[in-house]
Amino acid sequence: MQRDPDRYWNPYLAGLALGAVLLSTYLLMGKGLGASGASFRLGVWLTNAVAPAHASAVPAMAGAMEDHHPLNDWLVFEVLGMVVGGVLAAWTSGRLRREVLKGPTFGTAGRLALAVAGGVAMGFAAKLARGCTSGQALSGGAVQSVGSWAFMLSVFAGGYAAAYLVRRQWR
Amino acid sequence: MSFPISYLADFDSLAGNPRIVGLAVAVVVGVAFGFVMERSGFGRAQKLVGQFYGNDLTVLKVMFTAIASAMLGAVILSDVGLLDLEAVQFNYPTFLWPMIVGGLLLGVGFVVSGYCPGTSFVATASGKLDGVATVLGVGAGSLLYAELEPRMGAFPNSGKLGAFTLAKLFHVPPAVIAAAVVVAALGSFTLAEAIERRVSGRAEASPPRPRRWVFVGLAVLTVVAIATLAFPTSATP
Repeated sequence: MQRDPDRYWNPYLAGLALGAVLLSTYLLMGKGLGASGASFRLGVWLTNAVAPAHASAVPAMAGAMEDHHPLNDWLVFEVLGMVVGGVLAAWTSGRLRREVLKGPTFGTAGRLALAVAGGVAMGFAAKLARGCTSGQALSGGAVQSVGSWAFMLSVFAGGYAAAYLVRRQWR
Repeated sequence: MSFPISYLADFDSLAGNPRIVGLAVAVVVGVAFGFVMERSGFGRAQKLVGQFYGNDLTVLKVMFTAIASAMLGAVILSDVGLLDLEAVQFNYPTFLWPMIVGGLLLGVGFVVSGYCPGTSFVATASGKLDGVATVLGVGAGSLLYAELEPRMGAFPNSGKLGAFTLAKLFHVPPAVIAAAVVVAALGSFTLAEAIERRVSGRAEASPPRPRRWVFVGLAVLTVVAIATLAFPTSATP
C-alpha cells in the first residue's frame, strides 16, 4: 500500500468505525471511551512522586489514589493503547514526523505557548465538566445524556467564539 | 436480564475477576480508538480547527456519524435485551451548569491549542510537538482544577439532574431520540458539504458514493431501532 500523508479515511466511514469502537466499549466495559482522566492521573502520579504529602491533602488527587496506584486505572491503559494505535496509523500513513503544526507565518515558540495555554484551559474544563470531548461529548452523547449534549453544544460555541482571536497561528 | 453480554457489560465483573482482563481490553479498545482517530485526520491540528473556520468540517462528520451509529446500536441492542443501556447511562449523570461552563472553556482551549485532550495524544503519537505541549497543558490544567476545587464551593455540583436522558426530557422512547439524532445528523452533513464547498472553493470535499451508503445505512438502522419498540424488552421512557 502506498503511503500518502494527505490521504485520510472518508469521514463518514471513519465515523462508522469510531461508532463501532464506542459501541464495543459499551458492551465490554459498561461505559464509553475517555482521555482527559488519564492526563489527570499522570499528573497525580508525578505530584505524588515529588510531593506526596501535598498530593494526599488535595481531595481530588487523594481520590485518584484511593483504591489503587494512580496509574492502575482502565483509562490510563486505554490511552496507552491510543498512543500505540496512533503511532501505528501515523507510521503506516506516512504521517509519523517530528514537527510543529502551525501556519507558515506564525512563530514556533508562540505556537507551542498557545498549545500549552489551550491545554491548561482544557484540563481545567474537563475536570469541571467531568469529561472531555471523548469521555463526555462522544461517550455520554451517544447514550443520550442531557448533560453531555449541553457540554457538546457548549464546546462548539466556545470554539466558534474564540476562533477569530487565534486565527493568525494557522496562517 | 441474564444474557452473558450484559454480564460482561458490568465493569466490576471484568475489573475484579481478574482485573488484568479489564486492563487488557482497555489497551485493545484504545489501540482501535487511536488508530481510527489518526486515520480520520485527528492527529493534525489544522484538520481539527478547520471545524471552527468552516474550511474543513471533518470533526462534525466523524463525530456526528459516530454518535448516531453508536446510539442506534446501543438502542437496538438494549431493546432486544443484549445491552443494559440504563447501566451505561448511569455513568453519565448531568450537572448542567459546570458542564455548560466547562464546555465553553474547553471549546476555547480547543481552538487555542488546536487539539482536544484525546486528539492531543494522537498528535503526540504522530510526532507533533504542539500535541506534546497540549498533553502537558491538559495535565497541568487538571491538577490546577484539583488545587482550586475546594475553593469553588457548590458550583461543580450545581444543576444536578442525575442520569437524566434526552428520552426522559422529551418523554419519548430512546429509539425516537435516536431517529431524531439521525435526521439532525444527515441534515447537518448536507449543510456541512455545502459550507465546505463555499469556504474552501473545492468542487467536492468528500466523494459522494460512500457518503450515500452511510446515509442509507443509518436510515435502515433507524427503521430497525423504531421496529424494536415492538419487542417486550424495549425500554419505556
